[in-house]
Amino acid sequence: MASEITTSEYIKHHLQNLTFGQKQTEIEPGVWAPTGEWGFAMSSGEAANMGFWSINVDTMFMSILLGALMMWFFRSVAKKVSAGIPTATQNFAEMIIDFIDDTVRGSFSGGKNNLVAPLALTIFVWVFLMNLMDLIPVDVIPQIVMQSAGAIFGVDPHHVYFKIVPTTDPNATLGMAIFVFMLMLYYSFKIKGTGGFIGELTLQPFGKWALPINTVLETVTLLSKPFSLGLRLFGNMYAGEMVFILIATMYGAGLVMGSFAGLLQIGWAIFHILIITLQAFIFMVLTTVYLDMAHQEHH
Amino acid sequence: MNINATIIGQIIAFAVFVAFCMKYVWPPIMQALEERKKKIADGLAAAERGRHEQELAEKRAQQVIHEAKEQASEIVSQAQKRGNEIVDESKSNARVEGERILNSAKAEIDQEANRARDELKAQVGGIALAGASKILGREIDEKAHTDLLDELVSRI
Repeated sequence: MASEITTSEYIKHHLQNLTFGQKQTEIEPGVWAPTGEWGFAMSSGEAANMGFWSINVDTMFMSILLGALMMWFFRSVAKKVSAGIPTATQNFAEMIIDFIDDTVRGSFSGGKNNLVAPLALTIFVWVFLMNLMDLIPVDVIPQIVMQSAGAIFGVDPHHVYFKIVPTTDPNATLGMAIFVFMLMLYYSFKIKGTGGFIGELTLQPFGKWALPINTVLETVTLLSKPFSLGLRLFGNMYAGEMVFILIATMYGAGLVMGSFAGLLQIGWAIFHILIITLQAFIFMVLTTVYLDMAHQEHH
Repeated sequence: MNINATIIGQIIAFAVFVAFCMKYVWPPIMQALEERKKKIADGLAAAERGRHEQELAEKRAQQVIHEAKEQASEIVSQAQKRGNEIVDESKSNARVEGERILNSAKAEIDQEANRARDELKAQVGGIALAGASKILGREIDEKAHTDLLDELVSRI
């Protein structure tokens, strides 16, 4: 690791994803050109100029790891599930599932749908697990990755980035929101029919004589749903992560400041437990509500 | 913090996880939950039924006990009545028997008395005869007569 880094460099380093894509070189300040090779970005500037066809490996890795962990857990429970006296593990899984089922029944009234409840379960637990990574002290995993990458591949650890909280990457949250949006569109077309759905977008709320205004209003309303859904989660987690990073910068500033930072970190972490759970819950409930709205026929 | 192909990867990952959850996780666990719910409901219903049946059985038992008590008291009163009757009957029988015995005893006594009287009469006749023969055998002796007569009287 480079011996001297400034606070701003430290923060920037923590906010940079490990991006894989077409390598770029800086020809002159601010102007980047592809080298024709593929590899990991060595700076945030390079990552930013890799364009759309690059991938945040850390986000993908952590989210798939956590999702797989979750699926493994629930699948192992589902395999041994019994209607008799439940084991402690089964009890735990059932508690979550019962909670999700209650919540979905409370906010979804679109009749029988085999998708919404499992979707809600996946969202809640997956988002919760991804958010939970925020509670791991900010330097632990990145340092392990950086140092081991340095030792194994011989790269400068300072140029290895690793963000362990996938939900602080807008790609992850917007990706989920877009999937929810696709489901909303699918059910809107399926339940209301093409005519019904288009009618809903154009004939409301002012009647057929204000069709352009209606269309603009309703389209904005429709598009704002996935955006607010994804950005709300991203914003909350990004801000929370930022506070953790800022607290972590205080550790280098002497014993007094360091101890104070320790207290702050504990306090913020405890408060953050609430936020991560709440954000997972909000994402789940809003998804359920949006899908419920896609199922409603009101004309 | 730039939008890139990760977003597509996330959509795919999300869709795969949702599909997996929908197919392999949710249905078996939900089914188990429903089954248990049903079991519990059945158990509660059975308990309710049991309680109801117990109530009925208790009521029936009380009825049976009540009937038994009634029967018992009826039997006791009948027995008492019968006992009284028997006592009365015995009393009257005893009275009749006593009277019969008394009568027969009286008759026997009378008979005995008559017989004794007849005997006595016969003896008195014999004695009188003997006395008369003695008197006739001797001379009349005032003093001896008196003795004889006294003797006679004492024998009677």
